[in-house]
Amino acid sequence: MSEIKNYTMNFGPQHPAAHGVLRLVLELDGEVIERADPHIGLLHRGTEKLAEHKTFLQSVPYMDRLDYVSMMCNEHAYVMAVEKLAGIDVPIRAQYIRVMFDEITRILNHLLWLGAHSLDVGAMTTFLYAFREREDLMDAYEAASGARLHAAYYRPGGVYRDLPDTMPQYEASKIHNAEAIRKMNENRQGSLLDFLDDFCRRFPKYVDEYETLLTDNRIWKQRLVGIGVVTPERALALGFTGPMLRGSGIAWDLRKKQPYEVYDKMDFDIPVGTEGDCYDRYLVRVEEMRQSNRIIKQCIDWLRVNPGPVMSSNLKYAPPKRTDMKDNMEALIHHFKLFTEGMHVSAGECYSAVEHPKGEFGIYLVSDGANKPYRLKIRAPGYAHLAGLDEMSRGHMIADVVTIIGTQDIVFGEIDR
Amino acid sequence: MADLNVLATKLSEEFSECLVSSMEALGELTIVVRARDLSDVMLKLRDGDGLRFEQLTDLCGMDYSTYGDGAWEGKRFAVVYHLISVANNCRLRVRVFAEDDDFPVVASVNDIWPAANWFEREAFDLYGIIFTGHPDLRRILTDYGFIGSPFRKDFPLSGHVEMRYDAEQRRVIYQPVTVEPREVTPRIVREENFGCN
Repeated sequence: MSEIKNYTMNFGPQHPAAHGVLRLVLELDGEVIERADPHIGLLHRGTEKLAEHKTFLQSVPYMDRLDYVSMMCNEHAYVMAVEKLAGIDVPIRAQYIRVMFDEITRILNHLLWLGAHSLDVGAMTTFLYAFREREDLMDAYEAASGARLHAAYYRPGGVYRDLPDTMPQYEASKIHNAEAIRKMNENRQGSLLDFLDDFCRRFPKYVDEYETLLTDNRIWKQRLVGIGVVTPERALALGFTGPMLRGSGIAWDLRKKQPYEVYDKMDFDIPVGTEGDCYDRYLVRVEEMRQSNRIIKQCIDWLRVNPGPVMSSNLKYAPPKRTDMKDNMEALIHHFKLFTEGMHVSAGECYSAVEHPKGEFGIYLVSDGANKPYRLKIRAPGYAHLAGLDEMSRGHMIADVVTIIGTQDIVFGEIDR
Repeated sequence: MADLNVLATKLSEEFSECLVSSMEALGELTIVVRARDLSDVMLKLRDGDGLRFEQLTDLCGMDYSTYGDGAWEGKRFAVVYHLISVANNCRLRVRVFAEDDDFPVVASVNDIWPAANWFEREAFDLYGIIFTGHPDLRRILTDYGFIGSPFRKDFPLSGHVEMRYDAEQRRVIYQPVTVEPREVTPRIVREENFGCN
């Protein structure tokens, strides 16, 4: 019998389990991975270079398009960097709104991850369930910012506008009769906060549903337990952050360790894993959804009783009120200068990071005092995670690579930038 | 979070002669080291008592050539490292300038933090900085067969070539860019305290 040699195989870039445009060159011994070489950059748009040619405000929408399933968290890191360098104070209400939307975003991200991950492994139902809840949260995005995905809601100095007092409602159509519409609009009678409050009440039960489908499911455990094990030391050395690090048993969360905005006033727990395998990371993320739900509830309670401004009053960085512009020349000039020339951020450099749903998302901003950044470096968590794919998948089967890509929560918008 | 003054003192004791400068601004500590001392300093930063920077959060290239509209005097290329110590809960920024502006070379820290692998490939790809000792220094983000260092300040935003499908040759071809360069908002550096009453 002739000797069987190793062979290489292309996985992607058009493979449904590659989560976008990952081209993975696998060196195989039979069905066992000897080496995995991810080729990335197929979605490279040069966001950092583009930002050097845009004013500080014009770059905000570009941040949405990095990790396009957790939009507001990307914006958050960026606006925090600008605020830190320029020394802008953010009103407390805006900080609560940001924390609330960060956690909504975390749930959105984890829901998509859960659906896609289980779909990769072979479970269809969770995907449909997860999208049912994502719908509600994207409605919340839309009510606040006007966009379901690319919100551009956070601005240097606060958030674009205050939370709305009414929720948009469904209208009768060929598909739904009046009775069905009435039912669908039941929780949309009040403000956005009422709607979210109702969601927070319902959500723990939904998470229970997902867990019923997966946590003790024999197939799910056979596919995840003991796959892609990362020791705590290796996780740190490889630059893993977020659930990838916590799954390995290191209780490191920027929201607790280096709190920003009002996270130090929030009551929540940090779940950690013990084994560092895909199953632990699954459990960590599911628990994170429950904890995020707790944080949202606390923010809602605070936001209900504490009205106030949501944008800085420093007109060098924040636009003036529309009504002021009608009879105040200064305000009109400020508005004109801000939206043509843009804000000037004092010379210097800073790094600001947020606990993004995927890990540490950081912005390294260098300014030379101009109206555009001199250099913007985006530290995307997924980039370090995907770099560790080779080490995580060695010795596993091809089918396990799919599980490992799933557990890393890969999104190419942020990796390729 | 750990006190930055304590850390700054500790660093100046530890690396007295290797440290070019040490600066604290906006609650962040930045040290600048010479390129030839880089590996030793980084190894000490990871393993040293009371330092323990276990994780390399970020590594990026920098091109200072047009900083402050020509006000920059100094080496052109730098590599900026962001380190984090989980044990001591503190961050540190290390900057190292490449000695030669025409052929920037910096030692690789891949042996110290494996996370540096892709970050160094990215800096090589985008800035053309060579990392000696890197096991696999290939382009990573740009296209196969790409020419040039796209993030250098003298590389135009719209690039040099564009790609399109040619119906006659029935394949994808490269051709010089047809995009007119334009700047909607000009870049302006104002004098100190401009517009502040």
